[in-house]
Amino acid sequence: MSAAAAIAPPAPVSEARRSGLALVVLLIAPIALINALGFLVPVLNLARMSFYEVEPTGAMREVYTLATWLTVFKDTFYAELILNSITVSLGITLLTLVCSYPIALYLHRSSGTWRTILLVLVISPLLTSAVVRTYGWIAILSDSGLVNNALSAIGIAPLRLMFNKTGVVIGLTEILMPYMILALLAGFGRLDPRIEEAASTLGAPPFTIFRRIILPLTLPGIALGCLLCFVLAVSSFITPKLLGGGRVFLLATEIYDQAIVTLNWPLAATLSILVLVIFGGALVLYTRALRAIM
Amino acid sequence: MDERPVSLTLKLMALTMFVFLLAPLIVVVPISFSGDSYMMFPPSSWSLKWYPAIFADGKMTSAFWTSLLLAFVVTTLSLLIGLPAAYALVRLKPRGSEAMSALFTAPLLLPTIVLGLAILIVFSRYGLLATFQGLVAAHLVVTLPYAIRVLATALATLPIPIEEAAATLGASPFTVFRRITLPMMKSGLIGTTALCFLVSFDEVVLSLFMTGPRISTLPVAMYHHVEQQADPLVASLSVLLVILTLLVVLVVDRTSGLAKTFVK
Repeated sequence: MSAAAAIAPPAPVSEARRSGLALVVLLIAPIALINALGFLVPVLNLARMSFYEVEPTGAMREVYTLATWLTVFKDTFYAELILNSITVSLGITLLTLVCSYPIALYLHRSSGTWRTILLVLVISPLLTSAVVRTYGWIAILSDSGLVNNALSAIGIAPLRLMFNKTGVVIGLTEILMPYMILALLAGFGRLDPRIEEAASTLGAPPFTIFRRIILPLTLPGIALGCLLCFVLAVSSFITPKLLGGGRVFLLATEIYDQAIVTLNWPLAATLSILVLVIFGGALVLYTRALRAIM
Repeated sequence: MDERPVSLTLKLMALTMFVFLLAPLIVVVPISFSGDSYMMFPPSSWSLKWYPAIFADGKMTSAFWTSLLLAFVVTTLSLLIGLPAAYALVRLKPRGSEAMSALFTAPLLLPTIVLGLAILIVFSRYGLLATFQGLVAAHLVVTLPYAIRVLATALATLPIPIEEAAATLGASPFTVFRRITLPMMKSGLIGTTALCFLVSFDEVVLSLFMTGPRISTLPVAMYHHVEQQADPLVASLSVLLVILTLLVVLVVDRTSGLAKTFVK
């Protein structure tokens, strides 16, 4: 670019800059248009809609009111819904961390073709539809599924593993594992085998090495993975809906029901903004945690 | 990498967790060969009837063609819109290019349930709900951030001296881009294509807000099917989809390296 400009006869600076600017505008215009129409305008409109009035008939009027916000804060159903969403998501995040850590550590220690194969195994679920994976969990957890058929074969009474929180937690934990594994792997760069060797030479048992060296060094990766999984758990919808069978009430499923079934858009908008507020809170906690670790 | 031998405890733990991670994908394989009319595991009898059943199901086949066409259109548009934008942001570096990159990738930060609702409300005013154009626009909102991110990385890592040499030898900026830059960023282009295609083809939450009785995508049709009855039809369909995904992943791995595309 700069070389081409050097050969060309020196144009007045302002004109060159203007034609450069025109080119930039031309190249960026399409994406800016999609971004504005499909993201900026809808999101700003969503914030506005949460203040619209809903008549008792269910019709919506373009009159600004705090009624929806007050309902959400006063009605204990919504307080429970929010609390439920946060606690369930925290539980899922913790479980995902425990399940993902061994895989990530093992991947970090492996190399060559074997590592590539394992990495494909980790990433493939990520690229498979959540509907497919949730269907797989229905096959495992339902009354006539793998676990309950195995239990009845050895004479144990069947367990209720679906259409309740247990099913949602198991399914979402597995669905979020690839994200956690990739986040942990990204943070494992600081792990130096020589430090572990030194500790081992000095007589530290394996568990002490893990607790005193590996774990502290991988905390940044853990923090990132937990932030990612918490945020995804709060906003996930397909798995809670199918494995919860309408009996597990979470923010995301309630947003969908209010938007599609009840058609109370101001309420759905208000709950959406609450989800974003929870995201913000998680981000603040993450930043604080990171500052404390580093 | 790490030269420390991997302890047996870690091996066993990793193996257990791998089984857990892959369990839902593995169980659909035997179920897809079930001879039962409803889903149970293990199946009481075996048959191949659920594979032809997919093609006899009008809802699933029409949803499949919609999804395929949608993914194709969305991927093409993502490349056509994303590449000029990435080029402008990385190479021409206008004032505020960092802020613009942040804005253009911001839709990924928003949960799709919130984005879906926001788009539903605005699109409903313009009669875009349950239309192909509406689905294309909604999918572009989430595929463009991926496109711009991968393409910008690919552009930023190219050696600029080769392009400068071509320009010095008299090639016009467009010729330099077409003959030098594009071929050199081949792996980035393949990665973007695969990523946009899979994101669009698998997208379900946004599509749930945008579809209706008139038009449906495959993930949405499968979602509604599973919601009503969990029969082995979805299992055989899932097996076909997993094979499709693995093929895409293998192609990406062969051409540009999986690790490079997904793990930075």
